[in-house]
Amino acid sequence: MTGRPLSRLSRFNVASLALGLAFLYLPIVILVIYSFNASRLVTVWGGWSLRWYSEFFNDRAMLDAAWMSLRVAAVSATLATGLGTLAAVALSRGERFKGRTLFSGMLYAPLVMPEVITGLSLLLLFVALNAERGFWTVTIAHTTLTMCFVTVVVQSRLGKLDRSLEEAAMDLGCDPLRAFVSVTLPLILPSIVAGWMLAFTLSLDDVVIASFTTGPGSATLPIRIYSEVRLGVKPQINAICTLVLALIAVVIVAASLATKLTSTRGESAAPL
Amino acid sequence: MSARRIFAGPVRLAAIAPYLWMALFFLVPFGFVLKISLSQTAVAQPPYLPVFDLTEGLAAIKAAFAAFSLDNYRLLVSDNLYVLSYLRSFVVAAVSTSILLLIGYPVAYAMARLPQRWQGIAMMLVIVPFWTSFLIRIYAWINILQHDGLLNQILLALHIVPAPVVWLSTDTAMYIGIVYSYLPFMILPLYATLAKMDPALPEAASDLGASPQATFWLVTFPLSLPGVGAGCLLCFIPILGEFVIPDLLAGSDSMMIGQTLWLEFFTNKDWPVASAVAVVLLVLLVAPLALYDRLQRRQLEAAR
Repeated sequence: MTGRPLSRLSRFNVASLALGLAFLYLPIVILVIYSFNASRLVTVWGGWSLRWYSEFFNDRAMLDAAWMSLRVAAVSATLATGLGTLAAVALSRGERFKGRTLFSGMLYAPLVMPEVITGLSLLLLFVALNAERGFWTVTIAHTTLTMCFVTVVVQSRLGKLDRSLEEAAMDLGCDPLRAFVSVTLPLILPSIVAGWMLAFTLSLDDVVIASFTTGPGSATLPIRIYSEVRLGVKPQINAICTLVLALIAVVIVAASLATKLTSTRGESAAPL
Repeated sequence: MSARRIFAGPVRLAAIAPYLWMALFFLVPFGFVLKISLSQTAVAQPPYLPVFDLTEGLAAIKAAFAAFSLDNYRLLVSDNLYVLSYLRSFVVAAVSTSILLLIGYPVAYAMARLPQRWQGIAMMLVIVPFWTSFLIRIYAWINILQHDGLLNQILLALHIVPAPVVWLSTDTAMYIGIVYSYLPFMILPLYATLAKMDPALPEAASDLGASPQATFWLVTFPLSLPGVGAGCLLCFIPILGEFVIPDLLAGSDSMMIGQTLWLEFFTNKDWPVASAVAVVLLVLLVAPLALYDRLQRRQLEAAR
C-alpha cells in the first residue's frame, strides 16, 4: 500500500463525485428541456416548440421587469466592483488602520447575513431618509450586498500576488499609485472581471432584498418570477428561466475568456 | 524600503469610500431596525409611531424616546408563534447543515484527490450552479417534485410506489431545496482545505501502519476541521434566516423565522414587530457571525 499515489481514486470517490455533480446539474437540465415542451401541461411531453419563448416576448410586464433587472444588475455590479476593489486593496495592502476590524467585519458579515435582515434594515433606512423607492434604492441595496463578494474575490487574488513585483516597480522609481496602476492592477484584473460578473449574476438573482427595497410599479424579474411560481409551475416560466440561464452562461464564458486573455497579458507583462 | 510602508498612505484613502458606503448602508440601518422595534404599530405612512421629526428639535426627540417601549419584545416571548419559528429555524438549519456536511465532504474529498489537471475543471463544475440563479434552481425542483412531476412519473413507472407521492409542501421537499442550493457553499471551503493539505502526512500515517480508516479519522479529518467549520457556518447562518426555499417548498403549517418576519412585514404591515423579530435573530446570530468573521479573516489574510 505504501507509495500509492494520492491522486488514485477509489470507487467510492468516483461515485460520490459523479452523484454530487449529477445532483447539481440534473434539475437544471430537466428545466431547460421542458421549456421547449409544446404541451401546456408542464409534465406531459408534447413535442419540441418555441411557443413559450414567443409568449414571453409578448408579455409586456415580464419584459419591463427583465429590463429593470438588467439595468439594476449592470449599474450595481459596476458600483460594487469599484468599491469592492478599493476595499480589497485597503484590506490586503493597508497598515493596521483605525477601525480595520470593524471595516472587515462590515465586509464579511453581509456574505452570510440572512437576506430578510439586510432587506428590512435597508428599507427602514430608505423610509427614514424619505427616499423614493424604485430603481435607485434596489441598486444601492444590491451594491451593498455584492461589493462584499467582489472584495473577497479580489482580496484572495491580492493575497496570492508576489509582493516583490510592486516593490521592484517602486525601487525603479514608480510612486505607489503608479506602481499599483501599472503593475498590480493588470495582475488582479482577472479577479476584478470575475468580481463584476459575480456581482451581476447575484443581483439578477435576488428576490428578498429587492422585494423589500423596491417601490410600486418597479418589480424586478425575480420578483415577478417568484410571484408566478407561488401560483404553480407554468411553461412560460421555464422559458424565462432558460433565457436567464443562457444569459448567465454567456456571462460566465465571457468572464473565463477575459480572465484567460488578461492573465496571459499580465504574465507577459510581469517580467518587464 | 518596504512596499507596505509606502503603500500605507494612499491605501488609507482607498478605504474611505467603501468604509463610508458600508457604514451608511449596512451599519446605520441596524440602528433604524432597533429604533422601530421599540416603536408602536400605527395605521399611517410609515406604519409606526413615534416618527422622529427633526424640525421640532430636541423636545421632539425626547418625546420620542419617552414613547419607546418593549411591547414588541414582550409579544415575541409571550406568543408561541414566534418562539416556535425560532426553534424550527434552528432545527432546520442544524439538520440541513449536517446533511450538507455528509454529502459535501465525500465530494470535496474526491475532488482533492483528482489529478491536478482535473481539479480545476471539477471546481468550475461546482461553482457554475452557484452562479446560476438560485430562484431558478428552486423552481427546477418544483418541476420535478410536483404531483405529476418527473419523480412521481419515474417512481410509478418503476412500480416503486402504487400512487403518486406528495412531495411538494413537505419538509422533505424543503430539505432537498436547501441542500441543493447550499451544496457549493459546503464543498468549496472543504475542498480548499483538503487540497492544501500536505499529502506526505496521510502517507506517513499509512507508512507507520495505520489503516485507511485510521489515517482518515486521525490525520485527514482533524486537519480539515477549519474547512468543516467554514463550510458549516457558511451554510448554517443564512439557512437560519432563509425565506424563499421554505416558502416555496415547505408546507404552510409551520414557519421558519424568515417567513414570520416576511409575514409580519408584508402581510400584516406590522413593521415594529418585524423589526423586533429581526433584532432578536441578529442577537442570536452574533456568536456564529463572530466565529465566521474570524475564520474568514484568517483564511483571507493568511498570505499577509
